[in-house]
Amino acid sequence: MAASSGRTVGSFLWKCGNFCFNFNTVSSNLTRQVLSRQLCVSAVFHRKNLAAAGPEKFSEEFIKKQVEEFNIGKRHLANMMGEDPETFTQGDIDRSIAYLFPSGLFDNKAKPLMKHPDEVFPKQRAVQWGADGRPFHFLFYTGKQSYYSLMHDTFTKALAVEKHQDRLRGKGLFTQDAKQISLVGSRWLLKEELEELLVETISDHDYARFIQLMERLLSLPYCSAEEDFVQRYRRQLEIQSSKQQVQPLQYDQHGVAYSTGDGRRKTATGTVLLRDSGSGSISINGTNYVHYFPVLQDREQLMFPLHFMGVLGRFDMQCSVSGGGHSSQAGALRLAISRAMLSFLSEGQVETMRQAGLLTPDPRIKERKKPGQEGARRKFTWKKR
Amino acid sequence: MGVVVQWKLLTRDLMRTTHSMDFNYQSYFFDLQWEGTARASMAAGVLTKGLCGLCQPRIVAAGYSCSGPLYATATAVKTLPLQTDSTAVTDKIQNLPLETSDFFRLSELFSLKDLFDARVHLGHKKGCRHRLMEPYLFGNRLDQDIIDLDQTMEHLQSALNFTAHIAYRGGVILFVSRRRQFGHLVESTAGDCGEYAHTRYWQGGLLTNAPIQYGPGVRLPDLIVFLSTLNNVFQQHVGVRDAAKMNIPTVGVVDSNCNPSLVTYPVPGNDDTPAAMELYCRLFKMTINRAKDKRRQMELLQGLSPAGLTPGSS
Repeated sequence: MAASSGRTVGSFLWKCGNFCFNFNTVSSNLTRQVLSRQLCVSAVFHRKNLAAAGPEKFSEEFIKKQVEEFNIGKRHLANMMGEDPETFTQGDIDRSIAYLFPSGLFDNKAKPLMKHPDEVFPKQRAVQWGADGRPFHFLFYTGKQSYYSLMHDTFTKALAVEKHQDRLRGKGLFTQDAKQISLVGSRWLLKEELEELLVETISDHDYARFIQLMERLLSLPYCSAEEDFVQRYRRQLEIQSSKQQVQPLQYDQHGVAYSTGDGRRKTATGTVLLRDSGSGSISINGTNYVHYFPVLQDREQLMFPLHFMGVLGRFDMQCSVSGGGHSSQAGALRLAISRAMLSFLSEGQVETMRQAGLLTPDPRIKERKKPGQEGARRKFTWKKR
Repeated sequence: MGVVVQWKLLTRDLMRTTHSMDFNYQSYFFDLQWEGTARASMAAGVLTKGLCGLCQPRIVAAGYSCSGPLYATATAVKTLPLQTDSTAVTDKIQNLPLETSDFFRLSELFSLKDLFDARVHLGHKKGCRHRLMEPYLFGNRLDQDIIDLDQTMEHLQSALNFTAHIAYRGGVILFVSRRRQFGHLVESTAGDCGEYAHTRYWQGGLLTNAPIQYGPGVRLPDLIVFLSTLNNVFQQHVGVRDAAKMNIPTVGVVDSNCNPSLVTYPVPGNDDTPAAMELYCRLFKMTINRAKDKRRQMELLQGLSPAGLTPGSS
């Protein structure tokens, strides 16, 4: 049985006021299992393996009893807090418990918790065979029925496509340029996502074989008949360029377009006011940029976004920057200029800027010094004796 | 120990002659000579006797005339676990097939010519021959072993009959084959008959450690059909030994390089050719479907609701 590391609030409340509900907490380190009739639709990376790891630990009646007790307890809690029991949400429950049982502990998993039993108790796979003992699935005795059944189905489809191709060849209608399945902008399911889909643990080797078999299916010229099947095991990639927030252009009283942008690099922050139909003059903190950045490299960093888009003489810039050293200030201003320029550019140009890396903030910061060493990486001088 | 008759194979290098291939294939191999005609009692019989001697005595269902007491010693047929109140009608349904020798008329499903056309008689080369397969071999031609199809016919008949009886009683049948070329075929066959298949990597404790692997109360297969007894490294499949350990009867297609001793109903035959494998799969599928249909028919005739078979079986 899994050790429960939470605090049972129920026993305390029982002593308090004769309430008959139980709040149990179980640590999330339990292996999560899923009822074969219901699928767990949670985020992949927060769950461990989902397969049936052992015999049923909690019977169905026990879980049902826990659910009833939870619902009754929820209503009691709502009455205690003076709220309407009908519209008492999980967030309200969390707030009430935090109010009634203030905890000085830091670890969230150690604090008192009241959640629906379905989230607390590990879901188990229901029994895989009927009353007469005969298993439901024809690949039950392999141990990994869902995975092997998926492989079997995929191979069946590949055979069907090959048979179709042979028939076309027999009739003389076979062409190499048949409609292909578009794979652009999507990726194969990850191993964890596949495990969640199949409700079984699979090894890396199994996953590799599955991808290999799918690729083989896709290599056939007439595989477009099985497009739905294939797309079920692919996920769309997010289009990175649509993540950019482009501010609309603003106009001042003379009708000149301007936009602002800010950027950060290490500990330096900078803001830029970009004005259209200018002459390419740049002032930083009130001084000319040549005087502010005597080093050529810093001035190159300033110019790079404008030079890249070919708008060197078009804009006037008023920048203000603080913090950091000269190099990080130049980097901060470069990012600020790129962001400010987005309002003046088209979608395609925005995408080129993104691919050039002009819109990516540089995440590097100074690495901390570690004890037992002189610096972040430098060790003390090693002495043989 | 049974009597082991020494075989003396006289092999000849033959000139390639163009014989008309009639179904009487013995005339095709007319120049091969055998000495001795008795069929030896193999270690199979001895071993199954030994194994079954250790376990508890079970009900023997051998209502067919086998070719001598060679392999059919005390093959257990497990009764259905839910047959708590055995009424007279259910008993009658269960025991009626045992009164006739070929109740399911399986001899009409195949003939010697079918076996020959499917190239079931072709074995491996002489160097690959397993010593215990020598009684089943007709001879050797151009260094290739030829399996005796007369014996194969009898063995196949008894194996199919046994399978039919198991299926008639609602037993769980597991098809096993580790040949990747025919894995899909075997799985499809099993799916079509409503039985089970395992053509993948065999994890160690599938039969011997079943309650831990699958959960308590799991039902093990009542019959395991090996469409190839070897695994991918030409060693005997672990399932043969494990089934013998767990007292599960096995039906196995044994080629000339296989060890037939632990298989309850060995069927000497080719397991490498697609034609032969398709023939076996077709025969097993038809047998099982026939047996299940017969069971349904009997239950309807006797006025019972179909309780012995699950809805999933075809």
